[in-house]
Amino acid sequence: MLSIYARRRFVNFISLSLSVAAMLFGLFWLAWILYTLFKNGFGSLNLVLFTQTTPAPGSAGGLSNAILGSLMMSLVGTLVGTPIGILAGTYLAEFGDRGWLAPVTRFINDILLSAPSIVIGLFMYEVYVVHTGHFSGWAGALALAILVIPVVVRTTESMLRLVPHSMREAAYALGAPQWKMTLQVTLRAAKAGVVTGVILAVARIVGETAPLLFTSLNNQFYSNMNQPMANLPVVIFQFAMSPYEDWHNLAWAGSLLIGLFVLVMNILARTLIKPQQQH
Amino acid sequence: MRLQDSSMTAETTQAKLTVKNLNFFYGNFHALKNINLNIREGKVTAFIGPSGCGKSTLLRTFNRMYELYPKLRAEGEILMNGNNILDKGVDLNMLRAKVGMVFQKPTPFPMSIYDNIAFGVKLYESLSKSEMDDRVEWALSKAALWNEAKDKLRQSGLGLSGGQQQRLCIARAIAVKPEVLLLDEPTSALDPISTAHIEELVHELKRDYTIAIVTHNMQQAARVSDYTAYMYLGELVEVGETDTIFTTPTKKATEDYITGKFG
Repeated sequence: MLSIYARRRFVNFISLSLSVAAMLFGLFWLAWILYTLFKNGFGSLNLVLFTQTTPAPGSAGGLSNAILGSLMMSLVGTLVGTPIGILAGTYLAEFGDRGWLAPVTRFINDILLSAPSIVIGLFMYEVYVVHTGHFSGWAGALALAILVIPVVVRTTESMLRLVPHSMREAAYALGAPQWKMTLQVTLRAAKAGVVTGVILAVARIVGETAPLLFTSLNNQFYSNMNQPMANLPVVIFQFAMSPYEDWHNLAWAGSLLIGLFVLVMNILARTLIKPQQQH
Repeated sequence: MRLQDSSMTAETTQAKLTVKNLNFFYGNFHALKNINLNIREGKVTAFIGPSGCGKSTLLRTFNRMYELYPKLRAEGEILMNGNNILDKGVDLNMLRAKVGMVFQKPTPFPMSIYDNIAFGVKLYESLSKSEMDDRVEWALSKAALWNEAKDKLRQSGLGLSGGQQQRLCIARAIAVKPEVLLLDEPTSALDPISTAHIEELVHELKRDYTIAIVTHNMQQAARVSDYTAYMYLGELVEVGETDTIFTTPTKKATEDYITGKFG
């Protein structure tokens, strides 16, 4: 008996050690990435970064046009993608129990979720940029919206499925029609989770480069949504590839900005989902 | 009180629900077998029997809750005010507004106590603010929750204790003024004090409502009900006045279950 117990303790110790080692391995790279970003980017982090546009090589400047462009395209992408994603996710969770449409939609959504973002950029180039004849902020925003949709669909559906079925029965038992039950009871119960999904989707698209290369491209100046538009990821890509020292510094600063933004978004998502887990 | 009730002959109280030749199927499984039964108006009818005997299934045919799930079907008749509620043309939402239900686990909606009550009322009535305030107070008072909840009507219903949540669910069910109230093991998740609260409540509520209660607790059936139905393996073994069922049941099987020899 004792030997069985001793063996169990040993196995427990081994598996726990392996788990901790795996966690430390993951954390190590994350810490290293953050350290590198801070080491190289923190020095260039100043007010000029937010007030001046991207410079020519050798002259002073900041990233304000790229920051603004990223914010505008991410905002439009989120505003377009979120309602579609929430509606589709709600359909899958609440209305899609019978029939073939829901399983097919879910399958296609899973493909979209794992589709390489460069494919989506190329697609938007073909259907939008080619037809309008020029790169534009709108094309970039729409490409980002296509990235937002599957993330939001997936999280909305998962979160709605976590709502206990007894809650739905209780609403039906009062004579509530399905749409009222969905809007006022289950979506409300899943609210924190759905919002978290949107935040994670935003965190994903602010750093996306590939879908913007073929759509919004870049711009040295401020622009409106109908013109090619500057954005942090493409600026980082171009500046980091250049041979100029001051451009390198700006690229590091931009990387740090995006890194911090994603970090903040994820922390926000975690704090939102916490109170929901308590009941 | 109990003496008075049982001295009444069965004919003096009308049947609110009349179940005729009811059969129920989960796919191929025959869960209810030829049930015939009256649920009498203004009385409490308790359903007892071992787990899986079909008592909850029977209760869930009275508001057609089973329709939410595929492959479940009921055959036969359940007459309410002379109409067969199993008819295809019956509007399920209207039926459920008339036949309220409280479940085993408390299920407050993720909204304020006030809105929990108002949710069901708003579905079928358009009340002014003050009328709604009155209705909420009325329902919470009926459910013996007003004194505990009146100062926190705007707080979430999820913040209440389990027993309070269950009384909130009862208040929510009676706020829409149903004719029949179905209670599906309403106290099985509650502590003894909350259970006593709910049992008192059932006594109060039967003045205005017809109540059907499923319970695993035989003492509870004896305490709260006027009529008791004993079910076993999908069949209705015996139904009658609670005093009779618990003292001189006609069937041996009922006696064995009640005295604890079986089940």
